[in-house]
Amino acid sequence: MEYFLQQLINGLTLGSIYGLIAIGYTMVYGIIGMINFAHGDVFMIGSVVSFILVLSLGLTGGSGPFLIILSLALVVVIAMLIASVYNWTIERVAYKPLRGSFRLAPLISAIGMSIVLQEFVRIAQEGRPKPIQAIVTGKYELLERVNDQGQFIVTISNMQILIIVCTVALMAAFTTIINRTSLGRAQRACEQDQKMASLLGIDVDRTISITFIMGACLAAFAGLMFFMYYNVTDFFVGFLAGIKAFTAAVLGGIGSIPGAMLGGMVIGLVEVFWSAYFSVEYKDVAAFTILAMVLIFMPQGLLGKPEVEKV
Amino acid sequence: MVAAPKDTSFSQEANKLDTPALIKDLIGTAVITFLILTPIVAYETIMNQGTLLIESRWGWVFLFTAITVVGRLLLHLFVWQRAPSPKTASAAPSKGESAAGASFRKNFNTILFVFALLLPFILYFIPGWDKRGIDFAITILIYIMLAWGLNIVVGLAGLLDLGYVAFYAVGAYAYALLTTVYLPHWFGEGVVPWAFYIVLPIAGALAALWGVILGFPVLRLRGDYLAIVTLAFGEIIRLVLINWFWFTNGPQGINVPKITFFGLPFNASDEGFAAFFGIAHDRIYSYFYLYYVILALALLTFIATNRLRRLPIGRAWEALREDEIACRSLGINTTNTKLTAFAIGAMFGGFAGSFFAARQGFVSPESFVFIESALILAIVVLGGLGSQIGIVFAAIAIIGAFEVFREMGFLSYILPEGVEPVQFRMLAVGLAMVLMMRWRPRGFVTRRDPTVFLKEKKSVSADLVSQGHG
Repeated sequence: MEYFLQQLINGLTLGSIYGLIAIGYTMVYGIIGMINFAHGDVFMIGSVVSFILVLSLGLTGGSGPFLIILSLALVVVIAMLIASVYNWTIERVAYKPLRGSFRLAPLISAIGMSIVLQEFVRIAQEGRPKPIQAIVTGKYELLERVNDQGQFIVTISNMQILIIVCTVALMAAFTTIINRTSLGRAQRACEQDQKMASLLGIDVDRTISITFIMGACLAAFAGLMFFMYYNVTDFFVGFLAGIKAFTAAVLGGIGSIPGAMLGGMVIGLVEVFWSAYFSVEYKDVAAFTILAMVLIFMPQGLLGKPEVEKV
Repeated sequence: MVAAPKDTSFSQEANKLDTPALIKDLIGTAVITFLILTPIVAYETIMNQGTLLIESRWGWVFLFTAITVVGRLLLHLFVWQRAPSPKTASAAPSKGESAAGASFRKNFNTILFVFALLLPFILYFIPGWDKRGIDFAITILIYIMLAWGLNIVVGLAGLLDLGYVAFYAVGAYAYALLTTVYLPHWFGEGVVPWAFYIVLPIAGALAALWGVILGFPVLRLRGDYLAIVTLAFGEIIRLVLINWFWFTNGPQGINVPKITFFGLPFNASDEGFAAFFGIAHDRIYSYFYLYYVILALALLTFIATNRLRRLPIGRAWEALREDEIACRSLGINTTNTKLTAFAIGAMFGGFAGSFFAARQGFVSPESFVFIESALILAIVVLGGLGSQIGIVFAAIAIIGAFEVFREMGFLSYILPEGVEPVQFRMLAVGLAMVLMMRWRPRGFVTRRDPTVFLKEKKSVSADLVSQGHG
């Protein structure tokens, strides 16, 4: 039971990260109907950029809590800015000219872009994984079990609290933007009918660009959290995390933002429980299998609308 | 470098140079480039005895930013300045083709074939290039074959398969496992020298079977979803190869016997190829032999595909690519059509994988990563989806460029220390994929000859088909 509880906490933390990335996939898919294959790599860019920033600020676990929070806030803002610029440029260079091209064109272009980003970072920053000392340290003991097998303590670390709290806060802010502001209204309108939206005076191109920027902000935040949670990052983290986040988006119902978050949680929990109770080696296989299963048997996802095929 | 996007309002103004807009655009370009480069290029993280050090490289940031801005200024002044070029006119097929050009075009395949047949002999007489050159040609032919196989799935049937390398892996591991474990176990050691010829059809059949197994669940999926699921399947197969230790020997891979000349190994022993024919032993013979085997396999792929295109099933593939719903309403069995495309594409991948294992003498999951699938896809895309001759040139261009990157020693003078030109090869491939989709979605070879025609062969113009290839 205690073991289960511990895995639940770990799973929710991981799920938060996947959920944040998944929102980027789901929003872009909702608005232009394509998979932004390079989104996982935007997450990677966010991760690497914040890694470099943390390192150049000289932040260590020994710094005072106030200093850490202040610096991290700065790092988040800069990483979001940089990731936004990346995603905006990707959209303008690789996707926008291809609207109206044949069906596979944007996807092939996206795969190319994904390779470009990975290789760019690999060349500029070497390929080896980059470890760093933990910055946010400390943990709380929740439960303790002592029996003949030994002692087992359920803990929640400050980092896990930070990730979960920040994710909830970001989600709240994000949902408000989508549901309450004119920007969110424009986005929802473009999602439903781009031509009609543009007739009503919505700048569709601008809305699409903003969608990419918002996705990038969440991905950059997830990138920072990811590398602070695992204390390591490299140029390749975006590939696996990207596929898993995409799985989360599909599982939750592509186009649905609460669905993406829910899907992220499910994928995170499945991955953690699979590692804990079955085998660590096959945890990625488990995630991929879920992806295939969901797409085959439940393509509309948990919270999505069924897609109607029109001629 | 990633160029900043083109400001459309500016480029539409044909002839006049609008200075304030130009300056605004250039400043925008500079800011974007600067922001893109800043953290990742400006600071390099160096591992030094377990701790990470930061080293700044601001010079590069400013240099690249300056290059981008100047490049964009030049584009504005000399390229986007002009009135819209009569590019649209050139898309239509040219009518008056000269007789010589027509006969060249007609005999082009033959010329290419004869050249491919003679290539090893040509290379043989170039000193220093005999072994390396032929080996390189073999590599290119493997990729041509893989790309032709993938072309059936992507180019003809329009199903984007990102996990094609899985079938390559199935072929390679089928050869490796059958040759080292199962064939000796079932039929005794004597069968091992013949293994390649026995295993080749089995590997093809196994790969085709896997094509059907993986194809069956994804029948209902289209476009993007299909791509992601095939990618997932490809990764699953690779992860299983890594982790299923007792069966596949995991990441260490398997050493397998190399190809033999119908039972005669290419070595200096008394039973070897050289001793049998009474000639001096030279490794070049095995290169020659490997070259002709893969050439034969590739030609098999080429001819089989061309024949299949004329059959109802091939026409159904191309119809499926253009419009699935129309296909279904016309009574085409889309299930069978898709599954045969997957199976036949996978079969050729399996052949190529089997050959790959017999050539390398070693297989490991390292060879079957996603980037390999992406590379094969890039060849198909650059060649022009559906064009077989285009794929030949794309494979030569991409794989050849890899070799050229390796050879470009002079670049190491201008590049910083530790950065080698060969590192840029996948970056170039990725950029090429993006740029091709943007400017030449029909690939290097834009001309398509229809496979079926009524009275005379007429080229199909690009704008007549929805998917950009006819």
